[in-house]
Amino acid sequence: MSSKRGYFGDYGGRFVPETLMAALEELERAFLNAKNNRKFIAEFEALLKDYVGRPTPLYFAKRFTEYLGGAKIYLKREDLAHTGAHKINNALGQALLAKKLMKKERIIAETGAGQHGVATATGAALTGLKCDIYMGTEDIRRQNLNVFRMNLLGANVLPVDTGSKTLKDAINEALRDWTTNVRTTHYVLGTVFGPHPYPLLVRFFQSIIGREARKQILKKEGRLPTFLIACVGGGSNSIGLFSGFLKDREVKMIGVEAGGKGIQTGLHAARFAGGAKGIFQGCLSYVLEDKDGNILQTHSVSAGLDYASVGPEHAYLKETGRVTYTYATDDEALEAFELLSRLEGIIPALESAHAVAEAIKIAPKMSRDSLIIINLSGRGDKDVQEVARIKEETSLLGSK
Amino acid sequence: MIAKNIKGKNMNLGFAIRKKLEQLRKNGKKAFIPYIMAGDPNLEETAKRLKILNEVGADVIELGVPFTDPLADGPTIQRSAERALNKGITLRKILQFLFDFKGEIDAPIVLMTYLNPVFCYGIEKFFKDAKNAQVGGVIFPDLTVEESKHYRYLAKKYSIDTIFLVAPTSTPERVKKIVKASTGFIYYVSITGITGSYLKLDKDFKEHIDFVKSFGKPVCVGFGISNSEEAKYMSQHVDGVIVGSAIVKAFHERSYNAYDFIKSLREAI
Repeated sequence: MSSKRGYFGDYGGRFVPETLMAALEELERAFLNAKNNRKFIAEFEALLKDYVGRPTPLYFAKRFTEYLGGAKIYLKREDLAHTGAHKINNALGQALLAKKLMKKERIIAETGAGQHGVATATGAALTGLKCDIYMGTEDIRRQNLNVFRMNLLGANVLPVDTGSKTLKDAINEALRDWTTNVRTTHYVLGTVFGPHPYPLLVRFFQSIIGREARKQILKKEGRLPTFLIACVGGGSNSIGLFSGFLKDREVKMIGVEAGGKGIQTGLHAARFAGGAKGIFQGCLSYVLEDKDGNILQTHSVSAGLDYASVGPEHAYLKETGRVTYTYATDDEALEAFELLSRLEGIIPALESAHAVAEAIKIAPKMSRDSLIIINLSGRGDKDVQEVARIKEETSLLGSK
Repeated sequence: MIAKNIKGKNMNLGFAIRKKLEQLRKNGKKAFIPYIMAGDPNLEETAKRLKILNEVGADVIELGVPFTDPLADGPTIQRSAERALNKGITLRKILQFLFDFKGEIDAPIVLMTYLNPVFCYGIEKFFKDAKNAQVGGVIFPDLTVEESKHYRYLAKKYSIDTIFLVAPTSTPERVKKIVKASTGFIYYVSITGITGSYLKLDKDFKEHIDFVKSFGKPVCVGFGISNSEEAKYMSQHVDGVIVGSAIVKAFHERSYNAYDFIKSLREAI
């Protein structure tokens, strides 16, 4: 990490309207306080255990391993966490921070796939905070089940109809809301992105994934894994897993971005494969942008990966070569989605299916004594309807 | 002193914003600073509007650069930016336009642009080309004073003023840093919110703005000022008043009486 505050090498920083700066400074103080506050940490850990159901299992996917015929594959089952994804770790942590240490009365959040929105609504219900969730209308369409869940949990879902009507636009609106209501409201950003201290704050709450996985694999196998694989949207589930192993130089790591319909089509969300350095939504990182600095529209079958930029720590990990970044296309992710469902009885979120797709590519080429941990960051119930729609569309096209 | 005299001629061309504000102060006058978006609906119309604003008596004109994700702006300026982007307007084209336009009006121009277009253009190239186009000052709404060192160094090198924003939420420590970094004037954000919002002042507005003024640099206020009454009230407290969304709206929706509306703002300040 760089000596400059809020930076990972050249990436990160704080690029926001001045109105938010006092709130970011307040959040930074609360975060530093929380990290060393035994009472806060004890309360958070108790909730992770009894409410979220942690530790989540590290499951040996026997049939999937046999099918691929190479490396031994383990799944870190974040899909079994309460509300169905890793997002709850961060959302609960921040809701608790907002309520106990910052005395806020309201929290807001953006959501793409709806998992972070559901997690934040859950945190709000648990702590008794008011809650508004910004969500692009395109995402509302493809993740309707999660909209209903958020409403059930007592949150308002505010549709965002500007720009590409997806995650980035929801973040813009959430930032505008926060700018207006900053004194009473905490913004629960859902990923390791945005202005300092968010990338560090979200990493802190998600690092439990990697700590658990490291202990679990050592217990089961007596050695460290060869590869870690995780999907990368903003990058919180991957940082959560990777952070536990960064010091283990022999553990290789792969981050999988959304390749959409292929990089050459321009319809993707692969920031490392198709983007460049830029300053966007609060930090300096890799961004899908045109040569004039405007932000490009993105595409992915998975709403949670459909985003124009990526957490600054990932940009740093790419630059240092510690993590390798690649992508899986929509088709590859859909294939992985079905394969894991049939072989293991586990329906992965379309986001996590991108990580599964990478394992399908590399595991057969690896020796049988090598180990892969895939972060199964969420469950796929939310995606079933959308996948059914896509399959129907494809079979209609096929029959023509 | 000698060095300054030798450079005298160049100095006249640079730092136009601070000079303008100093001159107004000396004459006991307040600055009227209207904002329009470059390229909405096209650059020919922008040239006409700049001339109208100059003729009505704008002291400084703030010219917006369209960006896809203007997170400090409300719906009026967002849509204005979308219209300009749909016409293919970019920072590159705007700098070329200003280069061709220079000398046409007296009022110096401040460019207001989000950081990423500048970052992608090349930061030093931006300041160099802005200087050649006689841009007097810059406002980057998403550049915090903490991240600004390199930008301020280059602005100084190319004789361009850097105007930073102070918000109602800015702590005294932050106000001090921002005032120090600002040249030309300090942009006081009247409301806790985004551009084009309803003007609802904090109860300690006066106290806070007096604190900002206490450092002696010119302070202009903007965000949410939409009519001549509000402009008049605000002008009593500060060195100048900035009106953005209301003017963008007037040009877009009621261009037939935009002139009168803008004139009423000028006269109120």
